[in-house]
Amino acid sequence: MIPGSFDYSAPSSLEEAISLLQQHGDDAKILSGGHSLIPMMKLRLASPAHVIDINRIPDLDYIKEEDGVLRIGALVREADLEESELIRSKYPIIYEATKLIADPSVRNVATLAGNLAHGDAANDHPAVMLALGAELVATGPNGSRTIAIGDFFQGFFTTALEVNEILTEIRIPSPAANSSGTYLKLERKVGDYATAGIALQLALGPQAVCESAGIGLTNVGDMPIKAIAAEQSLVGKTLNDEHMKHAAELASDASDPMPDLRGSAEYKKNMVRVLTYRALKQVVEKILS
Amino acid sequence: MHSITVTVNGQAYTKEVEARLLLVHFIRDVLALTGTHIGCDTSNCGACTILINGRSVKSCTQFAVQADGKEITTVEGMAGEALHPIQEGFKEEHGLQCGFCTPGMIMRASDLLSKNPNPSEEEIRWAISGNLCRCTGYNNIVKAIKYAASKMTEEVVES
Amino acid sequence: MSENYIKTPKEICGLGHRMKRKEDARFIQGKGRYIDDIVLPGTLYMDIVRSPYAYAKILSINSEKALAIPGVLAVITGKDLEAYNLHWMPTLMSDTQMVLPTDTVMYQAQEVAAVIATDKYIAADAVLAVDVEYEPMKPVIDPHKALDADAPVLRSDKEGKTDNHIWHWEAGDRTATDTAFANAEVVVKEQIYTPRIHVVSIETCGCVADFDKVEGKLTLYMTTQAPHAIRTVLALVAGHVGLSEEKIRVISPDIGGGFGGKVPVYPGYVIATAASVLIGKPVKWIEDRMENLQADSFARDYHMTCELAATKEGKIQALRIKTLADHGYTDAAANPSKFPAGMFSICTGSYDYDTAFTEMDAVYTNKPPGGVAYRCSFRVTEAVHAIERMVDRLAQEIGKDPAQLRFENFINKDQFPYQSALGWEYDSGDYHQALEKAMEIISYDELRKEQAEKRANGELMGIGISSFTEIVGAGPSKHFDILGIKMFDSAEIRVHPTGKAIARFGTKSQGQGHETTYAQIIAQELGIPAEHIQVEEGDTDTAPYGLGTYASRSTPTAGAAAVIAARKLRDKAKKIAAHLLEVSEEDLEWEPGKFSVKGAPDKAKTIQEIVFAAYTNHPQGMEAGFEAVHYYDPPNLTFPFGSYICVVDIDKGTGQVKVRRFIAVDDCGTIINPMVVEGQIHGGLTQGLAPALYEELIYDEDGNILNGSLMDYLVPTAVESPSWETAHTVTPSPHHPIGAKGVGESPTVGAPPAIANAVVDALSHLGVTHIDIPITATKVWEILREKGVAE
Repeated sequence: MIPGSFDYSAPSSLEEAISLLQQHGDDAKILSGGHSLIPMMKLRLASPAHVIDINRIPDLDYIKEEDGVLRIGALVREADLEESELIRSKYPIIYEATKLIADPSVRNVATLAGNLAHGDAANDHPAVMLALGAELVATGPNGSRTIAIGDFFQGFFTTALEVNEILTEIRIPSPAANSSGTYLKLERKVGDYATAGIALQLALGPQAVCESAGIGLTNVGDMPIKAIAAEQSLVGKTLNDEHMKHAAELASDASDPMPDLRGSAEYKKNMVRVLTYRALKQVVEKILS
Repeated sequence: MHSITVTVNGQAYTKEVEARLLLVHFIRDVLALTGTHIGCDTSNCGACTILINGRSVKSCTQFAVQADGKEITTVEGMAGEALHPIQEGFKEEHGLQCGFCTPGMIMRASDLLSKNPNPSEEEIRWAISGNLCRCTGYNNIVKAIKYAASKMTEEVVES
Repeated sequence: MSENYIKTPKEICGLGHRMKRKEDARFIQGKGRYIDDIVLPGTLYMDIVRSPYAYAKILSINSEKALAIPGVLAVITGKDLEAYNLHWMPTLMSDTQMVLPTDTVMYQAQEVAAVIATDKYIAADAVLAVDVEYEPMKPVIDPHKALDADAPVLRSDKEGKTDNHIWHWEAGDRTATDTAFANAEVVVKEQIYTPRIHVVSIETCGCVADFDKVEGKLTLYMTTQAPHAIRTVLALVAGHVGLSEEKIRVISPDIGGGFGGKVPVYPGYVIATAASVLIGKPVKWIEDRMENLQADSFARDYHMTCELAATKEGKIQALRIKTLADHGYTDAAANPSKFPAGMFSICTGSYDYDTAFTEMDAVYTNKPPGGVAYRCSFRVTEAVHAIERMVDRLAQEIGKDPAQLRFENFINKDQFPYQSALGWEYDSGDYHQALEKAMEIISYDELRKEQAEKRANGELMGIGISSFTEIVGAGPSKHFDILGIKMFDSAEIRVHPTGKAIARFGTKSQGQGHETTYAQIIAQELGIPAEHIQVEEGDTDTAPYGLGTYASRSTPTAGAAAVIAARKLRDKAKKIAAHLLEVSEEDLEWEPGKFSVKGAPDKAKTIQEIVFAAYTNHPQGMEAGFEAVHYYDPPNLTFPFGSYICVVDIDKGTGQVKVRRFIAVDDCGTIINPMVVEGQIHGGLTQGLAPALYEELIYDEDGNILNGSLMDYLVPTAVESPSWETAHTVTPSPHHPIGAKGVGESPTVGAPPAIANAVVDALSHLGVTHIDIPITATKVWEILREKGVAE
């Protein structure tokens, strides 16, 4: 498996990268971790004429919390997230999802930003970011703009990024006290794309009343899904088993999977239900413990 | 063509390469270091695992140009005067049979032990989940890595 | 366990020592020499154009654009090979297979043309530049429809062929079996499918063909488990273009796993060889993983209708199995010639009854050819899966514990040698002991208690047993041949003047550790330290003729040859010792490493002294030197056996099956190196887990493969694979010179039914009697839902 020929550039600044993108338009592809792009090129499913390697752009590999916002730079690797004490302790939902992506060697290279920008409903981080209510920063020739995660995924392998834009930063609101999350993923074997995945972030207030709920679904539709009705059904309730089961049903209703080797549509819808319920039980227990 | 300089197992090489040249082919065909193997097309098997700046990477899913200026270690760079404890572990615990996945396993174990010097069986199994072996059933690979972990820990204590 | 030999000291490292492997030094340092590591000056690279259709007419092949790419030397098509009458080749089962098609493609990913270029990147580009025009036709994919009246006749190339039937085979007594079933108190019946799977050795297949035009000699470096057979086949099929057997040298270098997948001759090898002969330069072909999965030989694919007749107490009376075998478009199975269904007739299993009948029909479909082993002796896995599932099915039917039912039906140890209902003579066994040991280690009775408690709480836990009998070591020349070549195997031992040796064999290790274990066998017999015995295999110019390594045959055949060759040398050593000590041979006694005079132990000569004398001071009239060769024709096959117990837990929400514990008690007769044996068992168990829960090649109705890469063909990782527990009993083979039986494949054979039985056991109270492997989460969940117990 050998990729086709292409021109390669490794700009040393964001400006330079964007001007290259402007120059080559649809003929160019951004290379960061490359673990979606390079396999596609080897299979000749992608044959970009130009590959713009952004790995040499400095200062894009930060994970930092400022003013109640977690900021993750475009070149932060999955392994960086996994090894970050901040992520482990304060954003368990990201940690749990990250360690289930592919395998450790892939995670040493693959990036969070790439996982999102690829627009693949089978990737794990989109659901996590939907659950967390992230904002994405896209940088183009006219500077930067922020895109709410809910507006980012627009269809099958389609995102709100313009041809001349690069996803440069992920911004996540710092979680309130008494909040936590998790990511549950059913896979045929370890490292597989999800048969179904569910990202859950919950915040409980006084008397354990649910103040906010974020639920994202992986690989059960042609794009990542935010289970809005399920989220809304939880808010304002003191969560009991019945509420959790109801929310799980609503999350299942929000999914729209296709049958494939991972199972029938019905199986996958049921797995969303089962995983959502299990996630709710776990996270509520974790917050209350 | 692009001129790249890569340090492999401590030796610097400057070569002209096509942009599309995969790093694994650069290592095997250009540098003639054939200990790094190719077992799949889809970054599933891990036979091509090497270290780039100390981190395990699947060299079939990198372009050689990306490695410009980087430090690479392959299985050929593991032993010094004596075998590396990981290599020794694979031999002592019968952690290999056909040997084809072994270099990748060794490199992956090297990254694991640098971050987690005393991994549990469970941690080892997850850590090598991107490296397929078809001969050993993994039991003895786990033991080999444990052997290396305790030997490397002893060495640290001694020094 | 008593040992039937004198244990040698560690310095000699004969039988029973956990000697560290000699071959490891190169593998752990990246110095193995596998096929793709071989680079000859001026090497050209071959890449293959493959069919996107399962069944199509080739209307045209246009190579113009490909040939215009700088560095592309040739595009070879079936028409080009036809000019040399090389476009078809025989399969091992005397069927025919296309090297390259001239007009029709028969499966998706079939070779259509080959590109030869100066660089593999250029060759890959050129493959995409070859324009092939196809006219797709409706393929035959479902083997059950292959014999329908309206099914297209796929092999219209065969004169007079009017259907897709390949052969019918049967064994046993049909009438007696039918009578036994008609009169039986209990009859159980299941449709059991053993799915189409792929060996996925981590190294794919490939070759470097190097034809020297001046010498007229072809050197073919090739990933083959049977280099000698390959040389002879090449001489037979390419003699007409000038390849003569003495001018063909096949070298099988280090092999990155074989498991049966490197027995057949694939078209790529032949095209590369033809290209090298035509161009006069080395040509390298290395398939990629997707080609390997999609086009190389499959294993299994048996649709079996299985029936067991018994008394109401559970005494087995008769077995009947009718099988439909899907062979793809040609029968390219790797079986001994007289055994189209391999050793399937071992299907009566470890149980004592005298009535059985099995029949099988093989059909053509538009799928890749094959029928290779996947780490088992010719079709034994299918047979064992059938009987071990059916024994559990019977136990379930009459409400008896499956362990108890087995004990009541096992062949007793005093019944060996045992004549099976389908004609095999089992050499030795002690089946009760193996199962008892497995039950004790895993605390079987405790597990049954736990299961009852869990069941009361609505939790799903299952315990599965498999008490298998294998049949390996093919085989006696009276019955066993491949394309007429008898299935003996060989060893040649040459001891140098200083007492160090080189030994060469007709077999070929693919990771089994022959360099170590063969050395230990010779060390045991001659007392030369194993460390100083160099083992070589795989080069047909130097090694003695043999049929290669597969079907667990190396130890039973070539291992035995090594023993006999060594004993010939020991006889010679005795003569020399008598000469040196000036006593008669009768006055000498042997212990590994030296002959001494009876009653005067300090009057002795070491093997090293004796060998030195063979070169420097040999008795007049005796041939100088110290060499022997032996071609071993085994008197019978060997019958390794074992009992496995598996414990599973099932997730009622997702249907996932988790193997909690697995104990494998194996008996492979005398153990040469316990470390190597355990390693073989671990590996075979993971390759048994794989088809039980994960692996299957899946095609849609148009013949498109749906999981043709490792992203979807699910090879288990270290996480899926449990921590295997092993133990052994030792029941030596009475006819093998050291009592060894072979072990590499027992676990692949024994594990799948243990796992399947455990899953069915977990669900048996719900009325589930059978689930086809691979038992995926989705399959289990569908059952849970149907039974109303899904979470």
